[in-house]
Amino acid sequence: MSSIIFEKSMPGRRGATFPKSDVPIADAIPKQYARTSPLALCELSELDVVRHFTALSKKNYGVDTNFYPLGSCTMKYNPKICEKIAALDGFASLHPMLAQLPGCGGFAQGALAVIHDLENLLCRVTGMDAFTLQPMAGAHGELTGMMIVSAYHRKNGAAKTEVLIPDEAHGTNPSSAAVAGYEVRTVPTDPATGLLDIGAFRGMASEKTAAVMMTNPNTLGLFNPRIKEIAEIAHACGALLYYDGANLNAIMGKFRPGDGDFDVTHVNLHKTFATPHGGGGPGSGPVGVKAFLEPFLPAPRVVKNDFFALDGNCPDSIGPVAPFYGNFSVCLKAYAYMLMTGGAGLAEVSEQAVLNANYVMRSLSGHYDVPHLKTCMHECVLTAKRQAERGVRAVDIAKALIDKGFHPPTVYFPLVVKEALMIEPTETESKETLDAFINAMIEIAEAAESGPKSLHAAPVSTPVGRLDETKAARDMDVAFL
Amino acid sequence: MSFVPATNEQRLEMLRACSAASIGELFADIPKTLAPPAPHSGFFGTEGASEFEALTICERLASENNARIVSFLGGGFYDHFIPAAVDAVASRSEFYTAYTPYQPELSQGTLQAIYEYQSQICRLTGMEISNASLYDGGTAIFEACKMAMSSTSRRKVIVDCGVNPTYRKMLKTHTAAISVDIAEVPLWQDGGLDRQRLSGVIDDGVAAVVLQNPNFFGVIDDHSDIVDKCKSVGAIAIQSVYPLALPLIKSPAEQGFDIAVGEGQPLGLPLSFGGPYLGFIGAKKQLARKMPGRIVARTADAEGRDGFVLSLQAREQHIRREKATSNICSNEALCALRAHAYLSLLGKNGLIDVANLCRNKAAYLRECVKKSIPSIKITDRPIFNEFTMALPISADDCVKAMAERGFAAGIPVGRYYGGDSDNVLLAAVTEKRTKAEIDCYVGNLREAVGVKR
Repeated sequence: MSSIIFEKSMPGRRGATFPKSDVPIADAIPKQYARTSPLALCELSELDVVRHFTALSKKNYGVDTNFYPLGSCTMKYNPKICEKIAALDGFASLHPMLAQLPGCGGFAQGALAVIHDLENLLCRVTGMDAFTLQPMAGAHGELTGMMIVSAYHRKNGAAKTEVLIPDEAHGTNPSSAAVAGYEVRTVPTDPATGLLDIGAFRGMASEKTAAVMMTNPNTLGLFNPRIKEIAEIAHACGALLYYDGANLNAIMGKFRPGDGDFDVTHVNLHKTFATPHGGGGPGSGPVGVKAFLEPFLPAPRVVKNDFFALDGNCPDSIGPVAPFYGNFSVCLKAYAYMLMTGGAGLAEVSEQAVLNANYVMRSLSGHYDVPHLKTCMHECVLTAKRQAERGVRAVDIAKALIDKGFHPPTVYFPLVVKEALMIEPTETESKETLDAFINAMIEIAEAAESGPKSLHAAPVSTPVGRLDETKAARDMDVAFL
Repeated sequence: MSFVPATNEQRLEMLRACSAASIGELFADIPKTLAPPAPHSGFFGTEGASEFEALTICERLASENNARIVSFLGGGFYDHFIPAAVDAVASRSEFYTAYTPYQPELSQGTLQAIYEYQSQICRLTGMEISNASLYDGGTAIFEACKMAMSSTSRRKVIVDCGVNPTYRKMLKTHTAAISVDIAEVPLWQDGGLDRQRLSGVIDDGVAAVVLQNPNFFGVIDDHSDIVDKCKSVGAIAIQSVYPLALPLIKSPAEQGFDIAVGEGQPLGLPLSFGGPYLGFIGAKKQLARKMPGRIVARTADAEGRDGFVLSLQAREQHIRREKATSNICSNEALCALRAHAYLSLLGKNGLIDVANLCRNKAAYLRECVKKSIPSIKITDRPIFNEFTMALPISADDCVKAMAERGFAAGIPVGRYYGGDSDNVLLAAVTEKRTKAEIDCYVGNLREAVGVKR
């Protein structure tokens, strides 16, 4: 461990300079309101700080480091030009209030144009009629979508209390529906197909159903071709159909949720549209809806007349979910990415993402069990069942991969597969990289056969070994005070 | 340009390995009837731009904004100087191209940075625990209210109208579908807290009381009396704070608050037309299991080496699903890292310097306006770097006139508070405004409100 930054502090040292005050010194803050407790922040030079963070960065692993096949996370390459564009002063220094002030709207036309154009592009990709860029992450998009569903049903006087979610859904789906006030009912997967059990679904859908949240392709990497049938069942009970766009990277140019009768969707710009994930955000989770739901979108909305402007006169809107227009600079990076891909590039993205996933799955199917050995979409799910019988679990395989220079796949998810290894290669990886990963996975499978013990010690190449999570929860040392 | 490195030969080779004759075969599960219909399918044939062309398009759009206007805008979002080293360290792609640190052995950099960020937030606010960040200051209030409702098993939330009106709207949005009784308590007309009225509505049915310091009108206060009242009825006291004011004003902990939240944008994040920003939260230790989102904890490996992990995950959505404390998954980790770098660079003395510069310049502006424009009424309430002025004309007209003179003069308060406040303008001053700019602003303001030189 690098020492904690506060331990490096040297009283009197400074890392930033500011101009001397060119105005008179004001009266002190009245005692009653003034801070009396010490401000225990560090005192460091600029170089101290730069070295500290540089040392930390060397203990991290990003897409730029090497292959990052983390299933359901779409860890594709983030083009550098998008960072440069987001840093342009005309965007980075723009105060968001300018667009809302009388006589100042003309100062933000370029930024409003980006919002307007990106909303349109997302409509074209997904087949929805209108988008909002306000939600600040995927889960925030889900919550916004559920709040739109709720506002719609309230407006129609429909007393609906439940949201149906397949058991293989992302954990955010049930919690987002719950935060929006709904009871969550879990629809089972048919173990034979790996797809939603339509019989069970039919039995659960009722007049109480507000929405059905679907991920298609699902978290097993399988596309459900009976989606229209599911939509019919949902719509027949007055429920809306929600599309979780986490897996959009699989289907661009092949299927648009809007054409599959989905009413609401969110997309993850930090997945499909190549904006970096930042070690846990900022993301962006724009929400798209069919025209009948447009009045419920968060306000204000960007409109185009002679000029771009904001329209806050939206009486049915659920209200704002962000202080302004969402994570604008993330949206801007996605916009720049889409300018470069065009629609044709996006279609090519999905084709290659799916080919890469199938190539990895087929290449590993002799060495690992595949619960559903059929054509997958952009990701595949293997199981370490066979290895687990020899004492090597999915987590051991993950840690062994680290020692071979790769980021592990997602493990133990989806929950419906025991010892799951969920691999999403993305389209930006070359065949050479995929082959190197496949070889590493095969070597680990072979090691599991011969001497499983060596795998339990992994990783040995990292700054720390496997960490004691029980101690972490017990000690609760969450701040250096 | 799709950033796909596969060559045609490799594609064929990979298809052969998959026993597929064509890429189309891999999509056989998608019924033909579900393919994008004409004319919408045409979009997927449109060619993209080159890197240079995309840059040119975006540079043109950037030039259609005026980010250089001399700004006195605040309202929770401020034009502070950002040292270059913040950008430099946050531009390390090992940080920004990483995913959530689910594999701790590969993520010690992000994890230690978040642990240190949590420590910074605790030290700044005086609270005992913090988390890896929330989306923004508004959603942080929503999350704090949820914590309070969960720990008190009550459903009533009192919100002082000194809390940023956008945050109050966001709270209403996020609670519209769940049974929460939100009561807003109006301010005095000059922006001060109506203590009597507020105290009067805090009873044993209240889960949370939400206050802001400095409040939306820029007024600083000591809320200890309100916190005492909360304690007497078992309500959770929540304060939203402006982090750059904290070196000078009483911290939430000094006033006894249970939860501190706020917007971290002033801590080294560019304005970027509204985001990404940073919601921070600090709380007393006994609320740890009610905290939303990720928390990093220090622990050790088998060899006794210190390391960091995501902890108390049993609270979170990927484990608890619909019973989680929050649905938050991705947060604003890179923004938290920026805030941490900013606080480290400025350190104790730099932060006090910036806070004092802001305070001195705002006080100077207030004095100049008082002296040279008698038709503008200003109260003497204590402020940090922002204050309101009651103009002799409508604030909208004033902002329009000032825009023509090259100033973003401030925020008309009437758009949020209605009726009586149409002539009230909220102006903020940061360390970036020079005396010359302030003098020029005052001169123009005199003319804009109708007082000839």
